[in-house]
Amino acid sequence: MSGPSLNGDTRIGVYVCHCGTNIAGPIDVEAVTEYAAGLPGVVVARAYKYMCSDPGQELITHDILEEGLDRVVVASCSPSLHEETFRRAVAKGGVNPYLFQMVNIREHGSWVHDDVEMATAKAKDLVRAGVARVRFHRPLEPRRVPVDGSAMVVGGGIAGIHAALTLANAGKHVYLVEREPTIGGHMAQFDKTFPTLDCAACILTPKMTQVRNHPNITLWTMAEVVEVDGFVGAYRVKVRHEPRFIIEDACVGCLECIDVCVFRNGKTPDEFNLGLSKRKPIYIPFPQAVPQVVVIDPEACIEFRAGCRKKTCVEVCADRNAIDFQQVATFDEVEVGTIVLATGFKTFDAGRIPYYGYGRYDNVYTALEVERLVNAAGPTTGEVVLRDGRTPQSVGIIHCVGSRDENTNTHCSRVCCMYSLKLAHLMKEKTGAEVYNFYIDMRTPGKGMEEFYNRVGSEGVHFIRGKVGDVYPEAGDTGRLVLQAEDTLLGRIRKIPVDMVVLATGIEPQSDAEDVRRLFNITCSAGGFFMERHPKLAPVSTFTDGVFLAGTCQGPRDIPDTVAQAGAAAAEALALIDAGSILLEPNTAFVSAEDCSGCKTCIGMCPYQAIAHIDGKAVINEVLCKGCGTCVAACPSGAIHQNLFDDDEIFEEILGVLIHA
Amino acid sequence: MTDKPKVAFYWCASCGGCEEAVVDLAEELLGVAAAVDIVFWPVALDFKRADVEAMEDGEILATFVNGAIRTTEQEEMVHLLRKKSKVLVAFGACAQLGGIPGLANLWDREAIFERAYLTSPTTENPAGTVPLTDYAANGHRIQLPGFYDTVMSLDQVTQVDYAVPGCAPTPNLIAAAVGALLSGDLPPLGTVLAPDVALCSECDRRDTKPEDLHITAFKRPHEIIADDETCLLAQGLLCLGPATRAGCGAQCIGANMPCTGCFGPTSRVHDQGAKAASAIASLVGADDPAEIERILDGIPDPIGTFYRYGLPHSLMVRRRQDTVETTA
Amino acid sequence: MPETTTDTSSNGFEPRIVAFFCNWCTYLAADLAGTSRMKYAPNARVIRVMCSGRVDPQFVLEALANGADGVLIGGCHPGDCHYQEGNYKALRRFKLLQRMVADLGVEEERLRLEWISAAEADRVRVVMDEMTDQLRRLGPFRHEEAVMAIAAQQPQEVPV
Repeated sequence: MSGPSLNGDTRIGVYVCHCGTNIAGPIDVEAVTEYAAGLPGVVVARAYKYMCSDPGQELITHDILEEGLDRVVVASCSPSLHEETFRRAVAKGGVNPYLFQMVNIREHGSWVHDDVEMATAKAKDLVRAGVARVRFHRPLEPRRVPVDGSAMVVGGGIAGIHAALTLANAGKHVYLVEREPTIGGHMAQFDKTFPTLDCAACILTPKMTQVRNHPNITLWTMAEVVEVDGFVGAYRVKVRHEPRFIIEDACVGCLECIDVCVFRNGKTPDEFNLGLSKRKPIYIPFPQAVPQVVVIDPEACIEFRAGCRKKTCVEVCADRNAIDFQQVATFDEVEVGTIVLATGFKTFDAGRIPYYGYGRYDNVYTALEVERLVNAAGPTTGEVVLRDGRTPQSVGIIHCVGSRDENTNTHCSRVCCMYSLKLAHLMKEKTGAEVYNFYIDMRTPGKGMEEFYNRVGSEGVHFIRGKVGDVYPEAGDTGRLVLQAEDTLLGRIRKIPVDMVVLATGIEPQSDAEDVRRLFNITCSAGGFFMERHPKLAPVSTFTDGVFLAGTCQGPRDIPDTVAQAGAAAAEALALIDAGSILLEPNTAFVSAEDCSGCKTCIGMCPYQAIAHIDGKAVINEVLCKGCGTCVAACPSGAIHQNLFDDDEIFEEILGVLIHA
Repeated sequence: MTDKPKVAFYWCASCGGCEEAVVDLAEELLGVAAAVDIVFWPVALDFKRADVEAMEDGEILATFVNGAIRTTEQEEMVHLLRKKSKVLVAFGACAQLGGIPGLANLWDREAIFERAYLTSPTTENPAGTVPLTDYAANGHRIQLPGFYDTVMSLDQVTQVDYAVPGCAPTPNLIAAAVGALLSGDLPPLGTVLAPDVALCSECDRRDTKPEDLHITAFKRPHEIIADDETCLLAQGLLCLGPATRAGCGAQCIGANMPCTGCFGPTSRVHDQGAKAASAIASLVGADDPAEIERILDGIPDPIGTFYRYGLPHSLMVRRRQDTVETTA
Repeated sequence: MPETTTDTSSNGFEPRIVAFFCNWCTYLAADLAGTSRMKYAPNARVIRVMCSGRVDPQFVLEALANGADGVLIGGCHPGDCHYQEGNYKALRRFKLLQRMVADLGVEEERLRLEWISAAEADRVRVVMDEMTDQLRRLGPFRHEEAVMAIAAQQPQEVPV
């Protein structure tokens, strides 16, 4: 398919951006511009310091009006950054915005090459290809698709809770999906929060209750998303509900069933307390759990193994009839316009660093375990008692466990320094123990953080700058463990015996982050956290339109940042819903009916069932087409075209990068 | 001489099938013969090169050239005929695309001579005689045309106005082409005189082709007894109908044999073999690399399959000559 | 004869690579390599397509036929395609195309299919450098010259 004005009368304007010295350093921008001026069809070629600035854009608009340009090429950064910007400038000049081609000479040019001659030659090739290609562009209109007014939030930690409440408060219906029996996430397990030392439960549980009571929120716990279909504005999401063996609506949360369970004492490690206590087969994760509904663990409950003769739980539940041993997994399918992912993190498995002795020495704890130990609602009702029954006189906190370490994770987990300070403070407060922090660098940016560091220091907590290389039992059966580290400030080896070792384990992506990523068709960054669309300018968006990120699934962060980000994700989702519709790139494929032989090769190519065989011809449904172009490449007779990526355009681009015009 | 329009036929590297195709016009041939003066047709009439040379430039209305270009003589003749003709038509797959002789581009002259005159099992040539362009014997010099390393399609040596596709072209297309020429109602230069749509459009079996075809094993025609009503691709036979220009009436498929692509691609395709391969590979029913390889093993000669008629006219033209192995 | 910009007059042969990168993974990885200021060989010219499934084997041959010394296709990892399975179509076509070009005497190293996710900027660097290096050692593809030679081909010499 030929463009409309290929007969030598195209009037192309080429604009080469200096991007300050970002491009103009390694690339001879003037030479590229001069070269572009000589290309066929080019009537104007200009270089400008910042094409994306207002004056830069006005150059384009001005030239369209003054020089009668009908096509525009801008050689600057990646199209993922400013393609929209320049399209708008082109449209402002009165030319269809798709008669524009962006040439990436920064990310793919000046930033990755040092050799000025080679980088300049490459830039010329790319500009030439852009000019060759743009001649074939056709005027297009973006597609407008309606956006469903409801949203889904996946993950019910503080990020998901805040995002869901923000959306719900704005009047949008929200499906909040959480796979655990309760919402609350990691924050519910924390004792106090740094640096203000307010009680985590006190600030979290009211929000949890709000979620439960909010008329605009459908809360699904013990539920997981299993299928995502559709596209921005109209995602069809299939959710699997695991059996709780309790009829949620019938349970009033009296907890009598737990008391009367035939298990007098729990035998199952309590997940919420990280195994520091035991729970019964019928239980509630923690007192303020939302929903206030018990759950039966079929692995532990004898009804599921041998059959329970007494069924005391059923008896006590009586006519409430909330217990249902026959429950099986069920499914729900809902349509939502947008999705916020707030699937959180997992803590680093301390056992992966054997020389810290976690799992080998009783008195080595992870920080999260200590959160439960110091918590008044925890397994020891807040008393710090070691596994051997003693109260620690001395505590060593090892920082950066599974962070900033080439053998485990190279990233900084951002929260460990601060929560280590908090735990140091709490331990000192509760036990009066000597507390030693072994750190690499103290990282305390943010409001009130450095002040808190100073405060903890003034409380007599010791700070040793050095990485602990070994943890071993002190000689003489004292029950103490020796922490050995090089104190890099003193320049000597320190061996400090302590009663208790706390490992400041880092933040890692959830173990099934890969699966979740695939489910929602998004990308992971190098460390395995979900990747944002742009680290600075689109930090809560993803490359999949309508899917947003909140909280630690995107990267390590503390609670204030998580809440702020969740609010931002909700705002993006709201903007989408309130716009009512979204414009999509018109890069769809279409069949030239007169050229189609009806061979059906294309039909099976489409993962979206967008192609139908009607009256001996293939017909592509533009609404369903997502523009991958797979059918175009497969069409054996060249009867399928793709807007913006048609054969002619790509062939021209190929010739363009290779051959002087 | 009459003032009827003059027409010439010439053959280059070809099998003679295209000549047969002209004769296959049957009674219509008589009509054609009555309407035109055939001024040159080496296979049937005793005109010589000198007769052509004696004509005015452009005196011939149309020359139909079949066969690919592989010798110096063929190239000279087509240049001569081009000069003498108003319209030059590439007639048949060899002239249009290089044809079956074009598969020789997988080798070169040296390798071909070695094989044909020295090493093939049926050759007895103890003296090791191979063709020469110039030979002296008994006081006479004999000169033969030179043999090129690379077979070319007609449009690679001279300007071609139209092409009639096929191995061989079917009578309906020939009649239509002649009719158009005589009436003067000609399409734009460069047009292939056949429908610009793929063969499935005129195949009786199209409706039997599934919409989500996944091929897990390619079969060759001798390996199965194909059902004679079902799409051959659906039966695992590598039918190139989806990638081949229509116009033949799906005759091969009518004989329960898969299309091998002799009508060439549609005008929108740059490279017949690559496009056909793209479509066929897309239908391979596997995602695992090893499994894909296993299925593709069912296409033992991909070049001979996808470029059977079009290697010279393809983007790659030939096997890189420096990689041709000469010792058999 | 068309002139090319990268065939520099320097002594060393600088191969020309045409790369087709999918919009969602490999193109973004190349962007990330840029924002991370990684340095790699400037020999490839990247053509953006929405999906590796858009890459028609014709594109590859068009590039080789017009002066490319190698062609690189970059897509999302298996199972990660933004369009679910376009990369599998790319893989199938690539496997068949590999067999075809091998029969045409094209060295294996000239065609490369790589799965590079948006996060794998360093992989872009490694692949670009590796392929450039391999092609440097392999030498120019010289398809254009071969075709020009065909047009001007001579019949066999007369033996004396």
